Amino acid sequence: MATVELRDIRKTYSDEEIIKGVSLTIHDREFVVFVGPSGCGKSTLLRMIAGLEEITAGELLIDGVRANEKGPAERGLAMVFQSYALYPHMNVYRNMEFSLRLAGMPEAERRQRIADVARILQLEPYLDHKPGQLSGGQRQRVAIGRAIVRNPKVFLFDEPLSNLDAALRGQMRVELATLHRRLGATTIYVTHDQVEAMTMADRIVVLRRGVVEQIGTPLDLYHRPRNLFVAQFMGSPAMNVLPAHIVSVTDRTATVTTGPLTVTVPVHAGSLQPGAAVTLGVRPEHIGLDMAGAPQGLVEISERLGAATLLHVRLSDGRQIVVQTGGDNMNAPDSAVGVTPDPAHCHLFDADGVALDHLAAHPLQVGS
Amino acid sequence: MTRKRARLRRIAIGGAAWAVALWVFFPILWMVLTGFKTEPDAISTPPHLIFHPTLSSYREVFARETYWHFALNSVAISVLASIAAILLSIPAAYAMAFLPGRRTRGTLLWMLSTRMLPPVGVLVPIYLLARGMGLLDSRTGLVVIYTLTNLPIMVWMLYTFFREVPIPILEAGRMDGATRWQEITQVLLPLALPGIASTGLLSMILCWNEAFWSLNLTSSAAAPLPTFIASFSSPEGLFFAKLSAASTLAVAPILVFGWLSQKQLVRGLTFGAVK
Repeated sequence: MATVELRDIRKTYSDEEIIKGVSLTIHDREFVVFVGPSGCGKSTLLRMIAGLEEITAGELLIDGVRANEKGPAERGLAMVFQSYALYPHMNVYRNMEFSLRLAGMPEAERRQRIADVARILQLEPYLDHKPGQLSGGQRQRVAIGRAIVRNPKVFLFDEPLSNLDAALRGQMRVELATLHRRLGATTIYVTHDQVEAMTMADRIVVLRRGVVEQIGTPLDLYHRPRNLFVAQFMGSPAMNVLPAHIVSVTDRTATVTTGPLTVTVPVHAGSLQPGAAVTLGVRPEHIGLDMAGAPQGLVEISERLGAATLLHVRLSDGRQIVVQTGGDNMNAPDSAVGVTPDPAHCHLFDADGVALDHLAAHPLQVGS
Repeated sequence: MTRKRARLRRIAIGGAAWAVALWVFFPILWMVLTGFKTEPDAISTPPHLIFHPTLSSYREVFARETYWHFALNSVAISVLASIAAILLSIPAAYAMAFLPGRRTRGTLLWMLSTRMLPPVGVLVPIYLLARGMGLLDSRTGLVVIYTLTNLPIMVWMLYTFFREVPIPILEAGRMDGATRWQEITQVLLPLALPGIASTGLLSMILCWNEAFWSLNLTSSAAAPLPTFIASFSSPEGLFFAKLSAASTLAVAPILVFGWLSQKQLVRGLTFGAVK
């Protein structure tokens, strides 16, 4: 049982507020990912939970007990660093043993624990090796092993995969997810990579400039982004956003036009009146091609990914959008196409970038 | 064409390096050669490049003075002063490297500036202090002086080496439950060992070669090798061959020491710690 609760946590460095009041409860066994662009404060927030950075204001509770004043080791957390931060002068065994030795654990028990962890992580052949003799993936596993042996309440990961190449990153992602299922430990994971966030998280916390933009399950964030920032940050390729204005509203829809496109989106328009400027957001995978009707744009580039094709279409008003179609779509550059956004999957954002309430029920009935 | 030019360039750079090295080494070479000459050979002009080598100067040096007494003083004072300075500079450099405050930079520069002070400027107060504390002609006195004069440069060097240790490794130690003391002794020091060794070596060399304070604060009982050399410039005149033999004997140990430890010092600080 391990919960982490953040109550209006703030961090100030020489008069500049880096973390501007974050409140959040991380439940037992939950895998929570902090994601955001560089400089959003996600690593600082993690380091504050770890005890490596002082908390300027607010309260941190671990298992319901205030931990602000506790040292890193007293908090019962283990951290995996971006750079792995293995002790280069100790072999793999000693690296994993270090914390146990400091805690005064009897040698027989230490040996048993390390043997167990080494087996789980397939590190048995490398126990005598120094970190310098290991590959990136192996070092990563040692770093994880060093965290696991301590049997911590909470695992903290600070961009652990960013030093690995793409193939290894994919593999380690699966390994980490498997490990989390197996150990069932509460995990806080920091990354700037929204794919990692989407694939591993139970819940994602999107941060920007020290402020939580949205908290939710991966599909929550994908289907119901609360604002333009989250909408564009989550999902790959990124959502198309087009400046538009409202043509007409009913109590369950708003009809907008942008360039050659007119879409009736099932949203609650609130106080917005016809003529109001809004932003239309639609993901590349939610735009269809209409080859029968009047063409609305020209294909400029087609990126063939095998499983899908990304068409970069220049609309007749000069704006460019990306349309994701089937892998075998044969539209070549310069072919004229019509595009049809799926209204149920379109998003409207007001002038401040805040999403209008969506009224269409999503197939997964997500919502928070 | 370009290959030939690259070769010429290499030869030119190599030649220049040799020229500089010889230029620097020449006085030492000349000193060693002079030590094997007779006194008339040593002062003849133009100098004799070809001469009959003799050990007579060395025999006289050993006959007249107690070389081993001075050498032992040099070893004891250099080693003790270096150990003391290392022990004092490690915590100072740790604080400056990992817990810097607003004044750390200024303090570092101020410490270095004390090295620029001409020692003779503080000769009288230090002499009086040493006399008052009964530290004249005592090894303890020189150990204290050498420790303090070398401290700034050693703190600087260790500070530089410590700064190369990746901070996440120390933080990992903290997460693993290391106290400050354990963090320093079990994580930082093993990582910075090559740096600490070279800092210690530099301190040894500086202490060994120091002449000003040893000449002014010691006479016989605690006198190290520089005093031994100085004793060969007597009122009766300079005996260059004997002076050279004595100087050669004085610098030989530290030269050999430096040469042996050279390989040890040229080692990477961290290998495979962080990607």
